Amino acid sequence: MMATLAAILGMAVATYVTRIAGLWLVRGHQPRGRTKAALDAVPPAILMAVIAPQVLTGGVPETLASVVTLVAGLRLPLIVAVAAGVASLVALRLLLT
Amino acid sequence: MSLSRRSEFLAGMLDIVPVVAAALPVGMLFGVIAVQKGLTPIEVTAMSTLVFAGAAQFVALELWREPVPILLVTFSAFIVNLRHVMMGASLGRHMRLFSPANRAASAFVMVDEVWAFAERRALKGPLTPAYYWGMGATLWLQWVAGGTIGAFAGRSLGDPARFGFDFAFTALFIVILTGFWRGSRTGAVLAAAAVVSALVKLYVPGAWNIAAGGLAGVAVAALYPVEEEVR
Repeated sequence: MMATLAAILGMAVATYVTRIAGLWLVRGHQPRGRTKAALDAVPPAILMAVIAPQVLTGGVPETLASVVTLVAGLRLPLIVAVAAGVASLVALRLLLT
Repeated sequence: MSLSRRSEFLAGMLDIVPVVAAALPVGMLFGVIAVQKGLTPIEVTAMSTLVFAGAAQFVALELWREPVPILLVTFSAFIVNLRHVMMGASLGRHMRLFSPANRAASAFVMVDEVWAFAERRALKGPLTPAYYWGMGATLWLQWVAGGTIGAFAGRSLGDPARFGFDFAFTALFIVILTGFWRGSRTGAVLAAAAVVSALVKLYVPGAWNIAAGGLAGVAVAALYPVEEEVR
């Protein structure tokens, strides 16, 4: 209970720090070149690092459902694509296991 | 509230309505998965209220176990939200009408969608605090309400894997990822992050795969040939 509260507060502070930092940073100083490239890569790199174990090593249904989600996400609204991905996983698990 | 402030607030609320429609099920989904991971409904409400960061909260659930890895979920929330530093540096240029206190408060609700609409508003005219808070307050309330509803509904749902809920945030991140695609450079970043994360997850005990994979992707981006820039 206390550990959960500490984790929530830690996340809240960490999140707020990232949101206030940019607003207060010196304006007009835009990172260029390799610094900019490295910073630009943080969100996709982290998101991919989060999902990679389940997508690549979670099993055949997970990998196939990831492809379904990707294709759906390129054309459909986010929540529809997520629903399609989850539905396809449930169907694939029934078919393949 | 003056008439113009009221109309600005309403304009912000109206602009964010489609996002609310899409985000409410996601917020509920967070609550459902969170209780499956062992959080109580009150803890779910507290997290959605105080953190208000979808991706970071879903990542925390991915890492959640007993005992709670406090430093790991805090660090991962920081890393996942690092993008906000650059987003804020951009949006901050358009906050001339915000008092210092209001600017500090506004950072709390600067989620991706609010930021995007605020940047768009700033293209057409001055960004008012009322418009910004019309969006921010609305989205914040729906996120808290969605998480709370999901947490109370989730207890009766049983094993999440049976319904594919364990896959829902993987699917969510896959769709979000597509928005970051910028050509072959992104392909190299994603390949490095995916391979390193999967290998570390398989062979290294603990939850180091996200930090390791993230660092690998960032390193590849830094080493990738830099395109010519117009100065």
